[in-house]
Amino acid sequence: MPEERLLSAYRKMLLIRLMEERIGALFTEGAIAGTCHLCIGQEAVAVGVAEALELGDEVVSCHRGHGHLLAMGGEPARLLGELMGRQIGYCRGRGGSQHLSAPGIGLLGTNGITGGGIPIATGAALSAHLLRTGAAIVCFFGDGATNQGVFHESLNMAALWSLPVLYVCENNRYAMSEPVCRTVAGGDILARPRAYGISAECVDGMDVEAVEAAARRALAPLRAGKGPAFIEAATYRFCGHSKSDKLLYRTREEEAKWRERDPLTLTRLKLEKAGWKETLPWIEEEVRRQIAEAEEACRRSPLTPPETALQGVYADA
Amino acid sequence: MPEMYFSDAIRAALDEALTRDASVVLMGEDIGPYGGAFGITRGLHEKYGPERIIETPISENGFVGVAVGAAMTGLRPVVEIMFMDFILLAADQIINHAAKLHYIYDGQVKVPLVIRAPAGAGRGYGASHSQNLENVFLSVAGLKIVCPATPADAKGLLAAAIRDPNPVLFIEPKALYGARGEVPEGDYTVPLGVARLAREGKDLSIITYGACVPLALAAAGELSEGGLEADVLDLRTLKPMDLTALEATVAKTGRCIVLEEGPLTGGIGAEVSARIGERCFRALKAGVQRVAAQDTPIPSATPLEHAVLPSVAALLAAADRLFE
Repeated sequence: MPEERLLSAYRKMLLIRLMEERIGALFTEGAIAGTCHLCIGQEAVAVGVAEALELGDEVVSCHRGHGHLLAMGGEPARLLGELMGRQIGYCRGRGGSQHLSAPGIGLLGTNGITGGGIPIATGAALSAHLLRTGAAIVCFFGDGATNQGVFHESLNMAALWSLPVLYVCENNRYAMSEPVCRTVAGGDILARPRAYGISAECVDGMDVEAVEAAARRALAPLRAGKGPAFIEAATYRFCGHSKSDKLLYRTREEEAKWRERDPLTLTRLKLEKAGWKETLPWIEEEVRRQIAEAEEACRRSPLTPPETALQGVYADA
Repeated sequence: MPEMYFSDAIRAALDEALTRDASVVLMGEDIGPYGGAFGITRGLHEKYGPERIIETPISENGFVGVAVGAAMTGLRPVVEIMFMDFILLAADQIINHAAKLHYIYDGQVKVPLVIRAPAGAGRGYGASHSQNLENVFLSVAGLKIVCPATPADAKGLLAAAIRDPNPVLFIEPKALYGARGEVPEGDYTVPLGVARLAREGKDLSIITYGACVPLALAAAGELSEGGLEADVLDLRTLKPMDLTALEATVAKTGRCIVLEEGPLTGGIGAEVSARIGERCFRALKAGVQRVAAQDTPIPSATPLEHAVLPSVAALLAAADRLFE
């Protein structure tokens, strides 16, 4: 990745990290209700893949989707507004943390059912294929989703019909509390897409450049009509599954080991080595200001009026 | 107006939609050269090719989900579920996704999707190939549910369902596939959400839909011989339900039977009865009667099957109760 692009990728990852931390704090304060699944530690996957996308490509994400939205260029104020039920929110608070949608920037939607987005992404790829739009569709999900029947059904159809969909499995080692070794028979997630004849590779999900390169490698044949591709990004969530998680199922030692490979630290070190040391604090200050302004804009936006809850159950012709 | 079979009327609606709108695609199991389990799509594969008539593996949740994603992004898929019973495999994609995404994404996406589901018993297929499961979906906000009772409605309602910007569950009563009737030629639609008075009478109302409409008409004929004239209201759309037509018939007769092929408990009749109780209580001269399938799984052997399904005799007994 050229240095300027790496710098911009770092800025995006930092935005995701600091936004997620702020969202976590707002949740603890009670300013955000419900639940939320933060992606702290997994930023390089979202940003690396987004860096490889082109205008017109579409993304379908899962329950842990804040980072994907921001990586696609989503506005922090509109994300926060969605979590806080404000008019400014992407769906004015109807969706909440797990049901974001911003088709204007290529995010078709995030999804609260594990694996639920996988056939939907596959269907978007069917549209791209039949309508000859030239778009690539990216589908993000976790290791846990690879145990859903619909994962296998969708991969089978995508392979049969040579659909332009890139499946990105963020293997953060745990499906909520259950480790991959206790949920994935055979232990090898890549064996699953390969069984359907889908080309698949595992990439270091903490290295944004490696993720971007893998995504480009996967997307090139896919765009040429060669059918679906699969990336397993090895990553780790530094936070709990959701805000109620007490992290009883993993050790502090394991967490510390993964923290050494913090995607932000790795990128920062690369940038420092390339002579951008002075610029980094300035970037951080700018991101913090952006988040403060987003929160300000969100709080200025009115709460979505309750009477609107009854509207729009059906689409008008 | 030409006469045609109910099944041919459905095929005509599909054929015309495929011709009129390039974004319409059919998806389902064995809908290609085989023509679908009930022959509904016969000939369409040859005419439109495999990109429009998409044969799927046996993966109901998967291919319904694929259809949801395709509907969100520019196609208008019409999915065939071979037997309505199998729709339960796709319940997640229908209930948690197709029906909700327009609302929860605040109108940023639409899901113009039709799910065709052959339903109903009476053919000895047994418990996993005979159910009417529309009651399971009745409470799902964002979904429309349609069930025709005549060949003309089969064509017109399906054409309207395909043009609707919402997910529509289109129930095809298997027992009616061989029914014949006049069907308008060319572009013909019947608006969703509007019931049809299949027979007029002043003494009682039989409120029903689908395969039970002929049953209601047969019972109404017998009642007429005894001097009682029945309104037969064919709901046509179960969701959203035509409450105006419901109120009108009950206001006229003050006595009503709700008839359905599906199970009694938690059935369509439960919802219709409650609406009548709320809206027309003062017009009622007797308690609302329900005639439905017994609360059992559908048995296979014909005499057993008949023992649990609604019948003309059960309707006549219910009519007697209205005048006790």
